[in-house]
Amino acid sequence: MNAARLTGLIRKEGVQILRDPSALAIAFVLPLFLLLLFGYGVSLNAEHVPIGVVAEHPNPQTDPFVATLRRSRYFDVRTLPGLAAAREAMARREIGSFVWLRSDFARQSLNAPPATIGVALNGVDANTARLVEGYLTQSWQIWLTQLQRQQGTTPAFPVALQARIWFNPALRSRDYLVPGLVAVIMTLIGALLTALVVAREWERGTMEALMAAPVTMAEILLGKLLPYFVLGMGGMALSVALAVFLFAVPLLGSILALTAVSALFLLVALGMGLLISSVARNQFVAGQIAIVVTFLPAFILSGFIFDIRSMPLPVRLITRILPARYFVSSLQALFLAGDVWDVVLPDMAALALMAAFFLGVTLWRSHKRLD
Amino acid sequence: MTTIPPRTGTSPVAEPGHPPALRFTTVGKRFGRGARQVAALHDLTLAIPAGRITGLLGPDAAGKTTLLRLAAGLLRADTGRLDVLGLDVARNAARIQARIGYMPQRFGLYDDLSVQENLDLYAQIQGLSPAARPARYAELLRLTALGPFGGRRAGKLSGGMKQKLGLACALLRVPDLLLLDEPTVGVDPISRRELWAIVADLRDRGVTVLVSTAYLDEAERCDEVVLLDAGTLLAQGTPGAMAAALAGRCFTVQHATLDRRALQQQLLAAPGVADARLEGAGVRALLAAGAGLPALPGVAWQAAAPAFADVFVDRLQARRTRRAPTAMTPAPPGGQDAVLHVAGLNRFFGTFHAVQDVSFDVARGEVFGLLGANGAGKTTTFRMLCGLLGASSGILRVAGQDLRTAPAEARRQIGYVAQKFALYGNLSVAQNLSFFAAAYGLWGKHLRARLAWAQAEFELGPFLGSNAGDIPLGYKQRLALACALMHEPAVLFLDEPTSGVDPLARSEFWQRINQYAAAGTTVLITTHFMDEAAYCDRLVLMSQGRVLAAGTPAEVRARAATPAMPDPTMEDAFIGLIAAHEAGLRRVA
Repeated sequence: MNAARLTGLIRKEGVQILRDPSALAIAFVLPLFLLLLFGYGVSLNAEHVPIGVVAEHPNPQTDPFVATLRRSRYFDVRTLPGLAAAREAMARREIGSFVWLRSDFARQSLNAPPATIGVALNGVDANTARLVEGYLTQSWQIWLTQLQRQQGTTPAFPVALQARIWFNPALRSRDYLVPGLVAVIMTLIGALLTALVVAREWERGTMEALMAAPVTMAEILLGKLLPYFVLGMGGMALSVALAVFLFAVPLLGSILALTAVSALFLLVALGMGLLISSVARNQFVAGQIAIVVTFLPAFILSGFIFDIRSMPLPVRLITRILPARYFVSSLQALFLAGDVWDVVLPDMAALALMAAFFLGVTLWRSHKRLD
Repeated sequence: MTTIPPRTGTSPVAEPGHPPALRFTTVGKRFGRGARQVAALHDLTLAIPAGRITGLLGPDAAGKTTLLRLAAGLLRADTGRLDVLGLDVARNAARIQARIGYMPQRFGLYDDLSVQENLDLYAQIQGLSPAARPARYAELLRLTALGPFGGRRAGKLSGGMKQKLGLACALLRVPDLLLLDEPTVGVDPISRRELWAIVADLRDRGVTVLVSTAYLDEAERCDEVVLLDAGTLLAQGTPGAMAAALAGRCFTVQHATLDRRALQQQLLAAPGVADARLEGAGVRALLAAGAGLPALPGVAWQAAAPAFADVFVDRLQARRTRRAPTAMTPAPPGGQDAVLHVAGLNRFFGTFHAVQDVSFDVARGEVFGLLGANGAGKTTTFRMLCGLLGASSGILRVAGQDLRTAPAEARRQIGYVAQKFALYGNLSVAQNLSFFAAAYGLWGKHLRARLAWAQAEFELGPFLGSNAGDIPLGYKQRLALACALMHEPAVLFLDEPTSGVDPLARSEFWQRINQYAAAGTTVLITTHFMDEAAYCDRLVLMSQGRVLAAGTPAEVRARAATPAMPDPTMEDAFIGLIAAHEAGLRRVA
């Protein structure tokens, strides 16, 4: 390792980064764009869900139930004259679900076992359907409790549910999504940046000139790794700042722990990019591979949106070798729960192992030769 | 620095006390796997003398680039042993790389970095001490005349300037051995001459230079020449000795009445004539070894000094695909009306006046050349003539159709071969032909007839099913030409069709062009090769957007004649006229 040669390579990379807008765009514009898109565009909460109510015989017993639904912020209630009309409205997607109160609702509601209500859900959007189901059950119980209190009877249920939500008390999906999103963005930045810039050197023939010069492969790789590490950490800082100041996601953990995990993860991502570039020697192919093997799995399998525990076993096993998974879990812990070392330390160990693996394989695979 | 060995013309390999700079011992190198494996070098045994300029010549796929990359330690030989500067490459690649300078075909300049920043980077990489840098920079910038452009980004330099900067970067630390892979491809004659001056200067300081080239005239600038073909050594020696072996076999041929193209065809058909090419007002012929002068009525033979181009043709005779010479049917009368009429043509890019007031006429059946240095406005002019680029002002007429008012009709009269041949690399040869025929609106019986013609005329049969991207460059060129001629255009536009194509393919290409021209097709061509300029009937020489000279090659050469140089070559004329024009511009400014 020769300091003068390495400085030369790093300075060259620095000048190129500043002159070529594409690297800066990937590091700073891409996170901004993705965070704005996902932060504002994707919400896993169901609010103001249009819901229909079919009361066959409106009466003093049914009115309070409908009123309970109307008071809820989750629903926009629409009363419908009959089942046929409700079905039609659902087919037209004007409502996502409807509640059917039968004509004998009032009488039955006083009996034990209590009255049944019909709930029809549009299963096309399974996620929303399940949420609505939950909200409806909640409303139903509120109504029932009120009814029984009015009548002076004790609740029929010996056990009452008292839900308390930890770690994200406001149940804002954004708080949960944004830290995961940061992980996905960093995967893309890290892998894409290095894969593209090394492929570009191959395309333009500069790599051949470098290889014939008295530099070592380690110097060439380090000359790529260090500048893009700095750039990637810059992108990370921007993403965290956006998360905290724009989306008001709480950051309960320490900056130190966040920096340490991010640095480790960035090394993994840059290592993957370098490895890709040792296979793909043109920018188009390198970009494709980077997106397919790093970004897409990180997006789908990291637990950022889809819960890993509900995946089938083989897929769960695959997620174990996915670097983004460990970063997502650490980031979610650091943002929403604080420095939970029991989570963060094992994640960091896994990331350190992967960084060593990817960088090691890259160094081992890279020869100063064209064949 | 070693002392310069005396140059005596004998092979220094045999001279005691001077070990060769490179020694290949039964070196073999293959690429690819399984059935698609290709051998680039076959058991090559070869020694390159120290302290000399050795030229590496050969047709495409001769193994020139592979040889240079092996020497630079960028490839590993499959078999055999390669010693560079006395060290085994397999074990000492790093030590060798610290002592050599290597310039790949596309030199690795960083386009985003300025000239100075590129120099700084390579100075640091090559371990040039900061104290030694200012003096070295000053010298290299003087040699390359890049001094005024230190702050300009490499991406904004002309082709010739880029090559010179690439060379400067390879020379920051004076190497013991300099490896140059086709450093002058696509470079205009002025930059070429400058590059060679730098190389000669290095040799005089004791640097060993190994340079591959596609320009046969450059072989004569080398002390020694290595001729490769298909990965094997064909010949090695001084260019002078190799040419001298052909003494008595080269002739300049004239005919009292026949047109020189018709004469060329007649010579090619004659027994014992190995090659015939246009030169000056006549034809240059090379006789086969041991052959006597063929008896041709009305032909005057005059002995000529053999040149390296003759050596090349002679040694590679076996590899040539001889064109069946065609009996000349003189072009139908009425050949005097201009097929192409250009008057007062201008083109601006923003405030930059790329083409200034260009006018010329091209008659039917003429081969018309457009020459100029890099950035002279040739390609811009060309694109306007083909209707690919709008003219800012001026008149453009193709076969009587105005390109500006009736572009579709005018374009139907045009066949165009772009630089680097615009073919679909992942379509087969047959699919490319069908596509271009369809694109020109051919169909039915006519379409089938033209497809059959293209396959027969260009001998594409063996490659019909191969992807156009995988066939040899010479065949790509044939395919591009076939596609452009599919609709039988009146005018054929060729934009640097021979750049990077090996001399054999070039000579075959010109035979075809001469045939089409003789049959009445008008040909407009741009080229960097000065010997090709001599093949044109008339030409214009452009510099900085203006026409400097127009006329027959002889007229253009005569314009550059000075008392010191009464009979300039085309290259001398090119350099002299452009230098005078630029000096004039500088005086005005």
